[in-house]
Amino acid sequence: MTIFYILFLFMLVAAIIAVETKKLLGSVICIGAIGFGVSLMFLFLRAPDIAITQIVVEILGLIILIRATIARDLTFISGDREFFGVVVSVVIVLVIFLAGVHIFETLPEFGTPIFAETTGSASQTYISEGFQKTGAANIVSAVILDFRAYDTLGETTILFTSILGATVLLRKKSRKLLGEVDA
Amino acid sequence: MLYALCFLMFTIGLYCTVVKKNMVKIVIGIVIMEYAVNLFLIMLGYRIGGVAPIVVEGHVLGNFVDSSVDPLPQALVLTAIVISLGSLALIISICVRTYEKYGTFDITQIRRLKG
Repeated sequence: MTIFYILFLFMLVAAIIAVETKKLLGSVICIGAIGFGVSLMFLFLRAPDIAITQIVVEILGLIILIRATIARDLTFISGDREFFGVVVSVVIVLVIFLAGVHIFETLPEFGTPIFAETTGSASQTYISEGFQKTGAANIVSAVILDFRAYDTLGETTILFTSILGATVLLRKKSRKLLGEVDA
Repeated sequence: MLYALCFLMFTIGLYCTVVKKNMVKIVIGIVIMEYAVNLFLIMLGYRIGGVAPIVVEGHVLGNFVDSSVDPLPQALVLTAIVISLGSLALIISICVRTYEKYGTFDITQIRRLKG
């Protein structure tokens, strides 16, 4: 249990530095620290598949973010928005936090999953019958590739669409029309 | 208590998204919120002293049901992490194009959005 608190302390400090530092590159590096902290946390929460995926995605995301921030000259923007607006936003964020903390009291204690107490839940079926039904030793891969395969199909569709949008946005010139003569 | 810390991280991301003027800082706030939500979903399925949801040779199955962590949030968060990478690439490409057009990341300077 102590390791979770230590990792959370690390991630919260990194998050505050990422939000408050003036240099964008330092901010991006702090995002990397949070990401690898989350990955370690997944490992200690007994989710090795997620930890591996998180490391890969984290590295790619850092490359994308550094590509956006490095070699931009005007990366220092001083000051926040107008004072009144900042105060109102902070108050609203605080109210959301205080309201949300009360909701966590309705959840069971940390370490006692909900699916263990409800009979006939989907997770229990996956765990008890997943190996016989799919033949996959890893229950997580049995869920994403067999029980909920359409979910994964939708995921690839979203990924393809977003990369298509990024490619269209970053293209330097539009393609020439068919009848146009070369300059 | 751990849930509250996770929500505190989400709140830091929300504050960053709402208050900051720099476009990349807003993206960073969104990324922090994504991490917090993924972490919260995985924490919901954790069981103290549990094992990873992988069947090992020589496991007793009835024992496995009582000791494994929840595999369903793990499968869904796996999807969410990959999608967050795609959306991050899209957002950053929008930021890069905006910088090329206006020469700044400051959202109060970008006023000629009407075309």
